[in-house]
Amino acid sequence: MHIDKDLVAASATPLVLGILADGESYGYAILKRVTELSGGRMQWTDGMLYPLLHRLERQELIEATWGTADNGRRRKHYAITPAGRAALAERQEQWSVVAEALEKVWRDLADGATGLAGPRTAEGWA
Amino acid sequence: MSETPRNTTQSTPDHTGLEAQIDQWRGFVRRRRAIAAPDIEEMEDHLREQVADLNAGGLDDDEAFLVAVKRMGNLDDVSREFAREHSDRLWKQLVLFPDAPAGQAPGRGLGRFRDLAVLLSLAIAAGIALKILLANVTEETTLLLNGPFLVLPFLAGYLAWKRALPLRTASVLLAATAALALIVNLYPFDLGNPADPYPEPGMTVVLAGLHAPIVLWLLVGVVYAAGSWRSDARRMDYVRFTGELLVYLALIQLGGMLLVGLTAGVLSLVGVDFEPFIEDWLLPFALPGALMVAAWLVEAKKSVVENIAPVLARVFTPLAALMLLAMFVALLAGGPFDAVDRELLILMDAVLLLVLFLLLYSISARDPLAPPGIFDWLQLVLVGAALAVDAVALTAMLVRIAEFGFTANKVAALGLNLILLVHLAWAGRLTLGFVRGSRTFVATERWQTRYLPVYGVWALVVTVVFPPVFGFA
Repeated sequence: MHIDKDLVAASATPLVLGILADGESYGYAILKRVTELSGGRMQWTDGMLYPLLHRLERQELIEATWGTADNGRRRKHYAITPAGRAALAERQEQWSVVAEALEKVWRDLADGATGLAGPRTAEGWA
Repeated sequence: MSETPRNTTQSTPDHTGLEAQIDQWRGFVRRRRAIAAPDIEEMEDHLREQVADLNAGGLDDDEAFLVAVKRMGNLDDVSREFAREHSDRLWKQLVLFPDAPAGQAPGRGLGRFRDLAVLLSLAIAAGIALKILLANVTEETTLLLNGPFLVLPFLAGYLAWKRALPLRTASVLLAATAALALIVNLYPFDLGNPADPYPEPGMTVVLAGLHAPIVLWLLVGVVYAAGSWRSDARRMDYVRFTGELLVYLALIQLGGMLLVGLTAGVLSLVGVDFEPFIEDWLLPFALPGALMVAAWLVEAKKSVVENIAPVLARVFTPLAALMLLAMFVALLAGGPFDAVDRELLILMDAVLLLVLFLLLYSISARDPLAPPGIFDWLQLVLVGAALAVDAVALTAMLVRIAEFGFTANKVAALGLNLILLVHLAWAGRLTLGFVRGSRTFVATERWQTRYLPVYGVWALVVTVVFPPVFGFA
């Protein structure tokens, strides 16, 4: 499923912070987790994750350490910082407001559209 | 990133194709300035994990690699994101004292400065050598003649140390330098009347003083190329080094003059005369010091900072072409050359040298595989105009020389002119072939580097053969 670029960009930070709040992780594992969480419907451009991680690192929301993976390669691990948890909490509030508002919009839309035929109206929210 | 640990546990011979592909991918990514080495390592790890997962899902190496690279996204876009996050990386940072490479014991912090310490000691040694010369010789011509012999070997010494030059090559070069120094000092040159407060030296000694440094500079080039001076690539590197060195030297001199001027200004206000100190101590140490530090900077920066000489060459190529066209018209319209003498010839040499530098430095920074473009045509116009101007001037000069006979100066100027003419004419021919598509650019490039020793041989002839031929006058 294609998700608008801006939406991906806006949701990426809270998603990454949320995943890292669960425990430290590294790039590939974070992406796998995103795919899992979205049931495979959200596909990020893998390369874009790294500039994002670096930006969060610079903002001191996460911190990075180089470790060694099982196969002997160097691997960069990221962990959330207290500032990151605070930012995550803030984002969570913002997103709940947005999600709540959107929910209402969808419901109104569904209510208003029941008269007009259309299979898509009843689908999600009934 | 040669220090990247290879994936030894998984790369059984079956995965050699994959390893090659990953190597290639890494090469592509490395060209992006915004993506630093650790980032590449991080993304490579990602790529390998992805490939391994896809392998597990039943894809073979090739398919898995393709999918993984595709998922990584368009490299341009990713690179742009990196650039947005790390804009400083686009302004490459000059690291003069590199950290010890990863994996080496820390404790060698002083080692980082060893390079500079060696360089500065050599610069001071060169300064002392110059100072000793100044203390013993007052004659300007002798100073001019010997100065380069006292400074350039120290620069060569630094490069030899850096490149771990084989002792045999070093001793051959040293012997050649010593022989040349002996010759120019033993020749009974006409230095002018010693009783005269401003003696006027003979032509041949001035010519030798001007040409000996060129011979020495080419010998320094052998050291720079670590002995493999036959290699076209090393020669081109030396051309680049020379260009950057000149630019850095000019900038350092500008800065030095500013400092000296400010100091002298303040000191003169409090009644201290700074000038004797400048003449006696500052100049003998500052001149070789500036040269050495400039060489060190050029060595340290190399690819980190964009080379400036080619940029200047690009800016001035169209302007120089215009200048030459104006000259050509003026020469043709200006009428008889009765009034002009060897000054015209020397000026023409200077013009051709300028054109040659523009050509050489443009070539030094050109991608040999790029197709011919507008700039190549511009260069052709430049060379063509230079040849036309020179042909007009040369015809006039030959007539004059035939009438009034040869002197050392005229022969030296004429010889250089002919050498430059051959160089440029053939370069023009090759460039024409290139823009027409019948030749490769590599041929043009190779011609430049192959021809360089001719200048050394000519300089050697002027230094060594001219004085006896023209009676040391």
